[in-house]
Amino acid sequence: MLTFIISKLIICVVVFAISLAVAAYSTWWERKLSALLQDRVGPDRAGPFGLLQPLADGGKMFFKEEIIPNVSNKFLFILGPGLVMVTALMTGAVIPWAKDAYIGGALYSMQITDINIGVLYLFGVVSIGVYGIMIGGWASNNKYALLGAIRASSQMISYEIAMGIAVIALIITSGGTLSLREIVEQQDAGFANVVWQPLGFIIFFVCALAETNRAPFDLPECEAELVGGYHTEYSSMKLGLFLFAEYINMFISSAVMAAFYFGGYNFPFAHELYDAMGLADGSKWIALIGFGAYFTKIFIFISVFMWIRWTLPRFRYDQLMNLGWRYLLPLSLLNLGITVVVEFFRGNLHF
Amino acid sequence: MLGYTITQWLFGILSFLSIMFGLMVVFSRNPVNSVLYLVMTFFCIAGHYLLLNAQFLAVVHIVVYAGAIMVLFLFVIMLMDLNQENEPQKAWLIKLIAGIAGGMLLFVLVGSLKGSEQLGLAQYGSSQIGTVKNLGKVLFSEFLFPFEIASILLLAALVGSIMIGKKDIK
Repeated sequence: MLTFIISKLIICVVVFAISLAVAAYSTWWERKLSALLQDRVGPDRAGPFGLLQPLADGGKMFFKEEIIPNVSNKFLFILGPGLVMVTALMTGAVIPWAKDAYIGGALYSMQITDINIGVLYLFGVVSIGVYGIMIGGWASNNKYALLGAIRASSQMISYEIAMGIAVIALIITSGGTLSLREIVEQQDAGFANVVWQPLGFIIFFVCALAETNRAPFDLPECEAELVGGYHTEYSSMKLGLFLFAEYINMFISSAVMAAFYFGGYNFPFAHELYDAMGLADGSKWIALIGFGAYFTKIFIFISVFMWIRWTLPRFRYDQLMNLGWRYLLPLSLLNLGITVVVEFFRGNLHF
Repeated sequence: MLGYTITQWLFGILSFLSIMFGLMVVFSRNPVNSVLYLVMTFFCIAGHYLLLNAQFLAVVHIVVYAGAIMVLFLFVIMLMDLNQENEPQKAWLIKLIAGIAGGMLLFVLVGSLKGSEQLGLAQYGSSQIGTVKNLGKVLFSEFLFPFEIASILLLAALVGSIMIGKKDIK
């Protein structure tokens, strides 16, 4: 019992640390990649290749003057960014990071918890994530912040529906399980789910962009119309938490996409490679290689997120709503219908 | 601990919290705070579902009520800009009548619970009925007809609300 608690505590701390580290270095990579796309150098003063830039940014955030508006609701104003950060970090709990491995003779799971409703848990946490933005925007007592908060909430509710239906189709493909580990494991043999769900993947990807408030769907913080959007009144590390949570959300949604559609820690010819290296099942090297493969996929997804941000202009608000309700929702329903027919002929439906 | 099991402790704490947050919904002056307390109440109720081994119901409760419906509530209240200054003050007679009516509703609800243990609630399967798989099987076999009726009802409500929302009906 005690070793169980300690092992889970260790993996909680590791996932927490990895989420923060990846988010911190995503800010650096975003600046480097945007520099590359715009033919600039990017940050290069702090450390080699500007690698210490995230630390410098964090330090700057902490030492900035902290302003809480006089007319705001103080408690809710402080609660807002905290809630955004908490919900962003909570989603990492159900993601399987690697295969189970024997360490010192005992089998350890490389996942915080494998609940049998993992997909629903993800949706639950994502759906309460909007409260942080709404509360923060309202408590600022600023009309631009309020407009940003309202935009964020309507956008997230709209895109959650298409995303949910795309995931239902995915669950049918993966044999009706809601556990993320089982979804990843069944892609070990055969193809990754994206082969059976190409349309579903595109819908999920677009919705993930909208859910994380990334460009071209970053209307809640549209600086051309709304000054700074929902975080107009925020300063110091509270603003930092809002910005940081966006990068954690990007990391987690990349991890979820890699697990749902691209096989997570599996990769093509994995078993041939393990056989050639003479590794038995449950070896820690298999876990480590799988972890590396998973992070390569996550890195590619994060880079695509950034590539899109520095390429596409922002949508207009009515275009955003049209895309969500008139195109993505019918497309996801069509995808669901096609999936049922295809899976019926593949013999994956059980009655 | 003090002669109670952990489940009983959890039940007690959750019940206390849900009643407290429920009262805060009514007593807080600011409507936005009321909505946030209601969200907390929903979380406590989801905890009760978890204690009853109904994980699916608990998560769907959070996704639908806390995650979607209450966000829309908050949305509308934020747009209406309700302040304490322009809150309408009711006459004491109306307050008294409302209090008596609410009390009688409470009386009816408590009365309906009395004797419910003699009804002999039907047991479906094991204690694992709350998991997604078992719930789905029961819903789509034994209770298929009521389930479909409920979905048609929801569809009708959906179409009706779209019709009301339309500006010019041809």
